[in-house]
Amino acid sequence: MTAAHIEIDRLTKRFGAFTAVDNISFTVRAGEVLGFLGPNGAGKSTTMKMLAGFVTPTAGTARIMGEDVVERPVAAKRHLGFLPEGAPTYPEMTVQGFLAFTARARGYRGTEAADRVHDAMRATSLEEVRLQPIETLSKGFKRRVGLAQSLLHDPPVLVLDEPTDGLDPNQKHEVRNLIARMAPSKAMIISTHILEEVGAVCTRAIVIARGRVVADATPAELSSRGRDLDAVFRDLTREAA
Amino acid sequence: MGGTLTVARRELASYFATPVAYVFIVIFLVMSGTLTFTLGGFFARGTADLQPFFSFVPWLFLFLVPAITMRLWAEERRLGTIELLLTLPIAQWQAVLGKFLAAWAFCAIALALTFPLVITVNILGDPDNGVIAAGYLGCLMVAGAYLAVGAAISALTKNQVIAFVLAVAVCFLFAATGSPVVTEFLSRNTPALAEIARGLSLTDRLAAFSRGVISLRDVVFFASFIGVWLFANAVAVDLRKAD
Repeated sequence: MTAAHIEIDRLTKRFGAFTAVDNISFTVRAGEVLGFLGPNGAGKSTTMKMLAGFVTPTAGTARIMGEDVVERPVAAKRHLGFLPEGAPTYPEMTVQGFLAFTARARGYRGTEAADRVHDAMRATSLEEVRLQPIETLSKGFKRRVGLAQSLLHDPPVLVLDEPTDGLDPNQKHEVRNLIARMAPSKAMIISTHILEEVGAVCTRAIVIARGRVVADATPAELSSRGRDLDAVFRDLTREAA
Repeated sequence: MGGTLTVARRELASYFATPVAYVFIVIFLVMSGTLTFTLGGFFARGTADLQPFFSFVPWLFLFLVPAITMRLWAEERRLGTIELLLTLPIAQWQAVLGKFLAAWAFCAIALALTFPLVITVNILGDPDNGVIAAGYLGCLMVAGAYLAVGAAISALTKNQVIAFVLAVAVCFLFAATGSPVVTEFLSRNTPALAEIARGLSLTDRLAAFSRGVISLRDVVFFASFIGVWLFANAVAVDLRKAD
């Protein structure tokens, strides 16, 4: 058995006296799409930011493809595609210019870089707006630019913080299809507030509340614990609070 | 090195994608030209050199350079793009250095665009172009020093106005420590401090450059000044990035 693509190892983050993430451990293997659920402020984004090497953990660590995100951040980040919360992008850049920048930052040059940018734009249906400044785009397009950036280098590990937030139903459907297409070869963590999404795209769901894992099961298992997934989610997160 | 240049390229291109670059360059050229010919008495002096120009540049940069640096990190934090930038596979110091180099290259472009002054003195007289080149190098050093200060301060705050005001204040401190008012006051009261103040003064160092003297001491001073502030910048980014 090979090591898991993502290993989260006793990860803890404290901000002063407040513990945002409290000793969380889990692993994600290739082919798994992990739905990361929890109420606002439960520590989802902080966990993802620590995994992406943006926030330094107070204790514990995480490994991406065996590379420690604290000890060897650059090596770990090479294997990672990350969509930060809110899909931030540089507003004055064109879609193509922005993606070319991330391609360069990932070490691609010349025609290979151009091909990567082209493929990423095709996968996220951005070709029609490729020469527009990002600030002139609608919210749905902006989110897809962020998504394109995260999968440009075809990473084995994808961490997406609310990838479908702000998209219309058609766009949500497209993004879910995209995730499903990529799923077999990658380890993915997707945070979301939309519980129906978990059943649609995830093979496994983790619920966290107050910085702790309160459930780790398949979506079907989880919803069978109560009337439906919504009810189970409310029960789990209320108990912890 | 690839990561540094990638960041620098993007950053430099972003100056020219917004009006910031054009406003900066136009104001810099108009002000430096006007001051040189009016207050500087370019013609009245009857000497073919750029001494008046070089004496005004640090004071212009005092306000204009913080205007460039205020957005350097503050903007990234406000937009959230800092999270994107620092989760790309580039080291943090590469991002810090890349941003600094872009801003420095931009100042170099602005300085280079004052070339009509050089042509003018060469037509009117027979200046020592070596001295002029040294003066330009000195101006670039001062710009680098201010940029390093401003960038580090920008990393501490999300608010661009605060970043600007603080950067001007700190740069002013380093510009003014060498002025006669300060050194005379200090040497009357605390002679020990007067020496330190003069040693830290950026304008004193520039004066040497504009006389055509490029001493290793001064170059090392500017290099270490910039290095220290870039280090502070990296620390500030690391501490405050996720706030």
